[in-house]
Amino acid sequence: MHLTINGKVIKAAEGEMLLPAIRRQGIEIPALCDHAAVEPCGACRLCMVEITRQDWNGWRRHVTSCLYPVEEGLIVSTHTPQVLEIRRTILDLYLARCPNSDVIQKMAEEYGLTKTSYEIIPEGDNCIMCYACTRICEMLGKSAISAVQRGHKKVISAPFGKEPPDCIGCLSCAFICPTDVIEWRDQNGTRTIWSRTFELISCTACGKQILTRDFADYLAAKRAVPREYFETCDDCKRVELSRKMGGLVDLAKEVAL
Amino acid sequence: MRIDSIDKLSRWREECRRTFTAPQRKVFVCLGEACLANGAEEVFHEFQKLVAERKLSDVTVESVTKTGCHGFCSLGPLVIIEPDGTFYTKVGKADVAKIVDKTLAAREVIDRLVYVDAGTKEKKVDYHTIPFYARQQRISLRNCGAIDPHKLVDYIAVGGYGALAKVLATMTPQQVIDEITNSRLRGRGGAGFPTGRKWATCAQIEADIRYVICNGDEGDPGAFSDRTTMGSDPHSVLEGMIICAYAVGSPQGYIYVREEYPLAVVTLQKAVDQARERGLLGQNILGSGLSFDIKISRGGGAFVCGESSALMKSVAGDVGEPRAKYIRSVIKGLHDKPTVLNNVETFATIPVIIERGADWFAAIGTKKSTGTKVFSLAGKITNTGLVEVPMGITLREIIFDIGGGIPDGRKFKAVQTGGPSGGCLPENKIDLPVDFDTLTEAGSMMGSGGMVIMDDRTCMVEVARYFLSFLASESCGKCVPCREGLYQLLQYCIKICDGVGTEADLAQMEQMAKVIQIGSLCGLGQSGPNPFLSTLMYFRDEYLAHIRDKKCPGGVCRKLITYTINDECTGCMACISVCPVIAITGEKKKKHIIDQALCSRCGSCYAVCKFDAIDIK
Repeated sequence: MHLTINGKVIKAAEGEMLLPAIRRQGIEIPALCDHAAVEPCGACRLCMVEITRQDWNGWRRHVTSCLYPVEEGLIVSTHTPQVLEIRRTILDLYLARCPNSDVIQKMAEEYGLTKTSYEIIPEGDNCIMCYACTRICEMLGKSAISAVQRGHKKVISAPFGKEPPDCIGCLSCAFICPTDVIEWRDQNGTRTIWSRTFELISCTACGKQILTRDFADYLAAKRAVPREYFETCDDCKRVELSRKMGGLVDLAKEVAL
Repeated sequence: MRIDSIDKLSRWREECRRTFTAPQRKVFVCLGEACLANGAEEVFHEFQKLVAERKLSDVTVESVTKTGCHGFCSLGPLVIIEPDGTFYTKVGKADVAKIVDKTLAAREVIDRLVYVDAGTKEKKVDYHTIPFYARQQRISLRNCGAIDPHKLVDYIAVGGYGALAKVLATMTPQQVIDEITNSRLRGRGGAGFPTGRKWATCAQIEADIRYVICNGDEGDPGAFSDRTTMGSDPHSVLEGMIICAYAVGSPQGYIYVREEYPLAVVTLQKAVDQARERGLLGQNILGSGLSFDIKISRGGGAFVCGESSALMKSVAGDVGEPRAKYIRSVIKGLHDKPTVLNNVETFATIPVIIERGADWFAAIGTKKSTGTKVFSLAGKITNTGLVEVPMGITLREIIFDIGGGIPDGRKFKAVQTGGPSGGCLPENKIDLPVDFDTLTEAGSMMGSGGMVIMDDRTCMVEVARYFLSFLASESCGKCVPCREGLYQLLQYCIKICDGVGTEADLAQMEQMAKVIQIGSLCGLGQSGPNPFLSTLMYFRDEYLAHIRDKKCPGGVCRKLITYTINDECTGCMACISVCPVIAITGEKKKKHIIDQALCSRCGSCYAVCKFDAIDIK
């Protein structure tokens, strides 16, 4: 299928969203809630573009490119004055919410903003409410954390702000967070995240801590991996494999001779 | 007894009709929410007790019927005696004995309880002659106040499920869709999307299952028409949904009701159980082979759950957050299956269209907005309540002729239509015909039919502030323009109300309002700035008065007004006794004085003064 992006006709695959198709052309589109590991959700609104069609007789609309599927004959403009104004205003609003976030500051600067024109929200932190953490947790089949409350009071939280019963301490939420606001720490054989403390299991060969017991149990159940798989760490497994491989190499040499 | 054929339904209807019309005279006691709050239940029981005791010839215990909301909420508890149509207002438990002995036994009218027109002071005994009722045309509200909502037999007696029988016996699904399409019925939830086209699209999509959902979330402050329909005539909604299920081929429906409507939830659940028991829901309805069931889904009271995609998430048990509707919910809705979602009023209208025909319906109203629309009249209006009028009627007719105008001799200032996301229209717009397109052109919208009337003691900036604060706190918080934008817009509005706003702020507000409209994910955010934009469009001078002159022309914004006592003061000391901060001093029969340093501008003195001696500047 064919569509026009900023005047250039390009090819795209049926079912694909606009954002990857646009980015493939080397066009930069800002986005904060977009992440390759999770489904798009349209929360940050920064990837908004203007679309129209020949048969729309001049009518245009603005859509978030991360969620709008490519269509034959679609005419897309990614940097019109109005699109830029929308992005700038959104970044301005973000700056009022997360004035200390490097990610936001850097992106806002690209749109000529160094300081917000709004009142800084006193309770704001670096969380940009991109939902990456809740989406990855949902994808893993746990949904241990979610967005709670409404309006500008909305925050990411464990149920009722207590220790999340469904959390397995896998750290996916902390690793995917683009602004590093999810705190966690490993110490004395335990891991603490979302105010819950998990037992870490150690490699029986080298003693290094590998992962939480709850995560290992979950993986064993979900992936049908034998429970013994988690007795050694990846490094030790590799060492053992290479030992076996070494044996193979010797055998190969013998065959070659 | 299960009604498993259309013949059986007809025979049963005859039986129901005989029971329904058996009493020569009937006493209808309104047990709608407003009347209940004023003690209607006691009134009803008193009638039952006294009628049983008195043993009158033509009035028996069976004659005393409780009904759902009759619409004239400001005058409840209402009692209507048929067939004369004798209309008694504000009936208390103590009045019942008199009504039984005088009106029921001796056919005498009790003057004290009769309706008096607020304008002409004329007494009207028969409610049909009261302008509030005489100007209405009730289609969706046809049975509200006329039957007992808890009795399926009452609904059957007045012709209920007749449209369903007609559909199953004589029409194909396509014919049903064509009939609805030809009636040009537009969705009553607010957006006004053609119902027939929605059904046709849903029916065309290949799918293993389709769903029918009734949206009874009705979150707009000041709107209560869906509550009334669900609580006063629940079977009309069920019948509309079953007809829709037949047309689009759906086995499962949901009614999404907010938990804050406890009576509607109970009444609907009872109605569903009754219909299931009689075989009007479930397998093989009326022996036709159609199978359809309905579940009641209760909402937690989030405004955003009135938005279709958020509603469907909530029905599915997820957090009620909307999704981008680039693929419409009629194609990919509940559980990603094709779903028809219509509002309560739309479904309640369907059976009438089927029975009386598309042409009959299309002849009512205007060309592009056919039929009637229910409006909830609230705010500064004499006749608070529910009215159903043909589309195209003017705002003036609704507010002044039917609504009885503005009470307390005050002047009309604005009417907000379409709820918080709608807009406020000023006096020079009240001759506009009310239909979907005209209201949208005027910068407001039809919405769910809420009308909040405001008088000259209303500050339009404060109105915008109020509704923005509602929307900012009801925003689901998923997307940035709505979550952060509405919050910041509200902060500016508060600044202006406090007298510290600037003209630069106003310009910034206009700029960001446009971005919120374009940039937001769902209808809540897209229409979120409307309270600000529409008040600014028609009342810019009031914004400027706050900014430039530090004055609130409506006399509302506390930081910009002063209360003073003028020479009309008789020294009655009434204000002194109510002032919560003891700011008023004075002796009996001498003019009092308000200490401005102490005054908290609460308005208590103004409310209590009988001599117009308090000035607000």
